[in-house]
Amino acid sequence: MRKFMTTTAMAALMVAGCGLAAHAEDVKEVQMLHWWTSGGEAAALNVLKGDLAKEGFAWKDVPVAGGGGDAAMTALKAMVAAGTYPTASQMLGYTVLDYAAAGVMGDLTETAVKEGWDKSVPAALQKFSVYDGKWVAAPVNVHSVNWLWINKAVMDKIGGTEPKTFEDLVALLDKAKAAGVIPLALGGQNWQEATMFDSIVLSTGGPEFYKKAFNDLDEESLKSDTMKKSFDNLATIIKYVDPNFSGRDWNLATAMVIKGDALVQVMGDWAKGEFVAAKKTPDTDFLCYRFPGTDGSVIYNSDMFGMFNVPDDQKAAQVALATATLSKSFQSAFNVVKGSVPARTDVPDTDFDACGKKGIADLKAANDGGTLFGSLAQGYGAPPAIANAYKDVVSKFVHGQIKTSDEAVTELVKAIDDAR
Amino acid sequence: MSTVTTPEISLMPERSTRTSLRSRLQDALPKIVLAPSFVITLVFVYGFIIWTGYLSFTNSKTFPSYAITGARAYQRLWRWTFESDPPSSWYTSITNMGIFGFLYIGICLGLGLFLAILLDQKIRGEGLLRPIYLYPMALSFIVTGVAWKWFLDPGLGLEQTLHQWGWTSFHFDWIKNKDFVIYTVVIAGVWQASGFVMAMFLAGLRGIDGEIMKAAQIDGATTIQLYRRIIIPLLRPVFLSAFIVLAHMAIKSYDLVVALTSGGPGGSAWLPSNFMYEYTFKRNEMAVGSASAIIMLMTISAIIVPYLYSELREKSR
Repeated sequence: MRKFMTTTAMAALMVAGCGLAAHAEDVKEVQMLHWWTSGGEAAALNVLKGDLAKEGFAWKDVPVAGGGGDAAMTALKAMVAAGTYPTASQMLGYTVLDYAAAGVMGDLTETAVKEGWDKSVPAALQKFSVYDGKWVAAPVNVHSVNWLWINKAVMDKIGGTEPKTFEDLVALLDKAKAAGVIPLALGGQNWQEATMFDSIVLSTGGPEFYKKAFNDLDEESLKSDTMKKSFDNLATIIKYVDPNFSGRDWNLATAMVIKGDALVQVMGDWAKGEFVAAKKTPDTDFLCYRFPGTDGSVIYNSDMFGMFNVPDDQKAAQVALATATLSKSFQSAFNVVKGSVPARTDVPDTDFDACGKKGIADLKAANDGGTLFGSLAQGYGAPPAIANAYKDVVSKFVHGQIKTSDEAVTELVKAIDDAR
Repeated sequence: MSTVTTPEISLMPERSTRTSLRSRLQDALPKIVLAPSFVITLVFVYGFIIWTGYLSFTNSKTFPSYAITGARAYQRLWRWTFESDPPSSWYTSITNMGIFGFLYIGICLGLGLFLAILLDQKIRGEGLLRPIYLYPMALSFIVTGVAWKWFLDPGLGLEQTLHQWGWTSFHFDWIKNKDFVIYTVVIAGVWQASGFVMAMFLAGLRGIDGEIMKAAQIDGATTIQLYRRIIIPLLRPVFLSAFIVLAHMAIKSYDLVVALTSGGPGGSAWLPSNFMYEYTFKRNEMAVGSASAIIMLMTISAIIVPYLYSELREKSR
């Protein structure tokens, strides 16, 4: 019996000893929750995996598939509720701030100062990566939403030129219609419709108006005649979709443009990833223009890696992850693959294609000129409750539950008010 | 003599305690075996019902918060209940639930009974036909949803095929139409469940005593009278079971809506379960989501409990 006791005690001591030893040494592993599971996205993430491996950090992947990241966010909620934080998680806009307000995010300010993030990351993005003066997230990329993606062969066939105004765009769509092509490729899901409407509002009302209405949620602007005009413009443009558009996924709409079944898609620059994956090159196979009337402004959304308040022995790995994420080499390599542009404005654009170069230049100009705005449809204009209320209204207008632009404006004000 | 009896006497009390211990254990065994599942059910079903009810009275957004702030979530839902033009998401959800629940349960019961009666005519190949009708039940809602989504898509499925065959005026775009999309959910749901209901009715029909039917036939009852007056009333317990199964399937058919319509044009195919998930997890309005869940529970209770009560009371009488 006594012998048994001593062995047990010794075993316990040994276990404790091991525990202590493990504590003394840092955990050489980053645990990453994300929803980048599709081909191009996974390839882009592998760049980061390789960079970290070089520094001796293992990568523990926690992928939760599902396009918009809803499933991943539900999983994250459960992990945080259970107190087992990942090192970092892919997050969008207001989600970062929600978690920061709940006090579960880490503090990367030291690294940020050392790496000069304050100066190189656009101020508009810092609104979401800095909470209460502390860096809580590392922005990975900047997507911009106000793009037209055009099939060049179809464009040449109908003899179209770059539309500079909304009226030009309508004329161009008419030409395509006359030529028997589907003029506008759209997926009738609420976020796609609202993403297009973001661009229409910026085009109709200009940068000042967009900011007031969709970032500041100013009620006067929301119910103004300009907003009514925007809904009227949406009604005009929606006539050019094919009858079968409802419920279509965005990448299928992009495929219609790639195949030449349709002329143009209004979509964020993740659509470029589809073109590139189909071995198409900008300017020879497809064209990227800013949505007419929005040149000089950028409506953005951004993927961020939210950094959680992990135990001290994991902090080194977290800092390594954050540093690697915002390093110029990774920002360039990753965004070339992903189709977006770097989240810092001092990354050279040499490796990017024509659309990427234009995107980088536009972002820099918009950042300097104060015309870089969060996309309301993508959750960077207002918290999710409001953003979704907005998507409801736009989608109901597109599908006919809301019949006039007057009614749409009233409903928009009411829905946003209700969700506040 | 006494040497023989003494051990017997001394053994007697021991044996009796042993048997009593054994019988006590036997009595307690079902309770012991059931206890873990009872506790699990108590915590994870009823415990969380109470928790959800509690959350619905708080101001929970992204994360649960525990300070009671009143019934604002219910007030909002109550207001949305009457916003029919343009329809609020909640109004759409509950009217869809009404349409879907009524048609789904009604058609499944009717079709299931009809198929069961046909199969019960001692036809050849019943062993082959029965599994054919029953098989859809083995598919998950997601598979059913995706298959019907492709089949009903005007550019891909039925309409496209008939156009290729030359019937170019054929038009069937319900799945893309905000006013009809909920009926496509009914179609897919009925396709999946009616075979199962048929199997239930078939079992019920086989259980009916042949003597009763013979007696009725001797008394001159026609086939229709036989079914209407005797067989269908005798199937009443089967109706009860089928109704309960279908009702709860109707309530929880969240995945079918998502897979088939991804919410429908402008959210026109939502059911309350979609509403609940959307508000709780996507819009970070946990209080509203919880309140809608509680309302769903109350509605079910209001329908099922009286029905169960009346049926079971009649049986015990």
